[in-house]
Amino acid sequence: MLRFLIRRTALGAVVLWLISMLVFALFFVAPSDVARTLAGRQATPETVALIQHRLGLDLPIWRQYLGFVGRALRGDLGYDYYHQVPVTTIIATAAPVTLSLVVGAAIMWLSLGVFNGVMSAIRPRSSLDRGLTVFALFFYSMPSFLLGLLLLYFLYFQLTLAGITIFPPGGFAPLSDGVVPWAQHLILPWLTLALVSAAIYTRLTRGSMLDVLGEDYIRTARSKGIPERRVIVRHGLRSALTPVVTQFGIDVGALLGGAVVTETVFSLPGIGKASIDALTQQNQPVIIATVLLASTAVVIANIIVDVMYAVLDPRVRLH
Amino acid sequence: MALLEVRDLQVEFDTPDGVVRAVRGVSFDVAKGTTLAIVGESGSGKSVATQTITGLTRGARISGSAVFDGAELIGADAATLRRVRGAEIGMIFQDPLSSLHPYYTVGWQIVEMIKAHDRSTSKGAARKRAAHLLSLVGIPRAEFRIDDYPHQFSGGMRQRVMIAMAMALDPALLIADEPTTALDVTVQAQVLGVMRTLQQEFGTAIILITHDLGVVAEMSDEVVVMYAGKVMERAPRRTLFYRHHHPYTEGLLASLPARGEPGERLTPIAGSPPSLLRLPKGCPFAPRCRYAFDKCLVEAPPLATVYQDDDHESACWLSAEESVREGQRVVSDEQEATA
Ligand SMILES: Nc1ncnc2c1ncn2[C@@H]1O[C@H](COP(=O)(O)OP(=O)(O)O)[C@@H](O)[C@H]1O
Ligand code: SF4
Ligand SMILES: [Mg+2]
Repeated sequence: MLRFLIRRTALGAVVLWLISMLVFALFFVAPSDVARTLAGRQATPETVALIQHRLGLDLPIWRQYLGFVGRALRGDLGYDYYHQVPVTTIIATAAPVTLSLVVGAAIMWLSLGVFNGVMSAIRPRSSLDRGLTVFALFFYSMPSFLLGLLLLYFLYFQLTLAGITIFPPGGFAPLSDGVVPWAQHLILPWLTLALVSAAIYTRLTRGSMLDVLGEDYIRTARSKGIPERRVIVRHGLRSALTPVVTQFGIDVGALLGGAVVTETVFSLPGIGKASIDALTQQNQPVIIATVLLASTAVVIANIIVDVMYAVLDPRVRLH
Repeated sequence: MALLEVRDLQVEFDTPDGVVRAVRGVSFDVAKGTTLAIVGESGSGKSVATQTITGLTRGARISGSAVFDGAELIGADAATLRRVRGAEIGMIFQDPLSSLHPYYTVGWQIVEMIKAHDRSTSKGAARKRAAHLLSLVGIPRAEFRIDDYPHQFSGGMRQRVMIAMAMALDPALLIADEPTTALDVTVQAQVLGVMRTLQQEFGTAIILITHDLGVVAEMSDEVVVMYAGKVMERAPRRTLFYRHHHPYTEGLLASLPARGEPGERLTPIAGSPPSLLRLPKGCPFAPRCRYAFDKCLVEAPPLATVYQDDDHESACWLSAEESVREGQRVVSDEQEATA
């Protein structure tokens, strides 16, 4: 187990290192006009060169890269090109937003998806199953920006017109302002993110549960005279959860790098918003930081998923 | 009164291809402490029939009756069935690897069985009992192996675990559905030995499902031969082996491996069982029967007493007179030889 963790962490570090080089290379191959933009329309070539020098952009790519790695290892990710804010500060401000969004939505979609999936699988082809399938397919086929806009239209715009103001049009309130405003700002984004995923998890759980319920050991469990609910949960769901947990780890890992669409629709200043802004502004230090953050989240999520596999299934050995 | 009385059991499944008539009017008794063997090729309805008795058949149309210890089980409510399952009727299945839950230790699975029916038992006591049961079925160092997972046992040992679990509450009836089919020959004998020992110790009745007449010869008191969802012949073991009436039984016996050459089949019955979706009008065995004559194709023979022996029934139009039936056997052999 320990050896597995060490090996996988080392492997993860290598992956991150490769990604950091790749991002650097991409930036070099597609050179930008950051210095010119910063210098303004009427700037002389000298001014531009000066700015380029101050940002270190006149150095060869490998010197820039080494400088970045050296500073990053000391916890310094450089400065935003435009506002001279430390990139770590930008990340630290945006991370709680994305974390609040993803954790809340993940709890919603996991519980909703697993519950609906189990209910569907217990009575396949029943009207409940068909209803839940339609529900799932409806949200599954809906793009999340559309769902977000619809929620805003009905639950913010129409309600506000009717004089009922529950949900704000967007933005974020940190938890330190209190749970209620925090949740008020997040409920619609949560729903946007969760309903689409819940649909996927409903189908995933249903399929997995149907497979498991056909297993011989479920028949054995019933032949023991234990209550049906226990057969479903302790014997069925216990096995059916393995693929669900895997998918969950991967999805959460991917979203922690920024839920771009949802954050944009609801003007949530999270990692996804920060990445998009940085990309449109060619803000190299922020781009690199957000890409590395997203990759780190995915790498860690994958390690956790593999450990969970071994925890859930005693037949799996980590090595 | 017998411990279990099954009468005219019928089980049908609605499938996209049509109605599968898996069990078509099966009746048999199991007396206390005795072994009833149910024999027949795969697909003849043995598993469905026995699992229906304990309510384990799902999504089927079921009729008939199964009275166990005075209580009707067909159509019984969930609570009744739950009380009976495990505590009164233990079950073991063909493949012990897939029949045990891969995520739980064998001890946990046995303790769950005990606690499901006796909440007053402490966990410690249940565990002790589980360890004792495991040693009873011949698992070495049972008190250590109790915390192992099913995949850490060999096939034979796993089936012993299943037996220990099924016998944990000293049930009056054990239904063993092909318990040795997935095991190799030497292990088969050991597992059957364990079952026999426990039966003698606890006086358990056993329904032993198998398609191996060698196992029947070794274990059973009474035999039911099933084909295409029906009982073809029913007789005490000796009668079945030495004075069988039904051509299907005859075919099964002829396909028994010769002594000393395990695994080698002599003459398997040619052809295969009919589709349960489109059953022939007459005798279901007719297409494969060397004795078949006109009547066999139009009308299905009822199960009736033969050889003037009340314990011996056969569903076949051939003569119920023993001397005449033997004569038919000779004639048919001659015809085969000249052909
Ligand atoms: N759930 C089911 N749905 C449809 N057909 C089934 C189902 N279960 C069993 N059958 C059919 O019933 C027949 C008898 O099966 P089974 O009792 O398992 O045979 P055996 O145990 O004698 O090999 C088979 O043809 C099988 O395909
Ligand atoms: S009834 Fe006819 S076809 Fe059926 S087993 Fe007897 S002789 Fe053969
Ligand atoms: Mg079977």
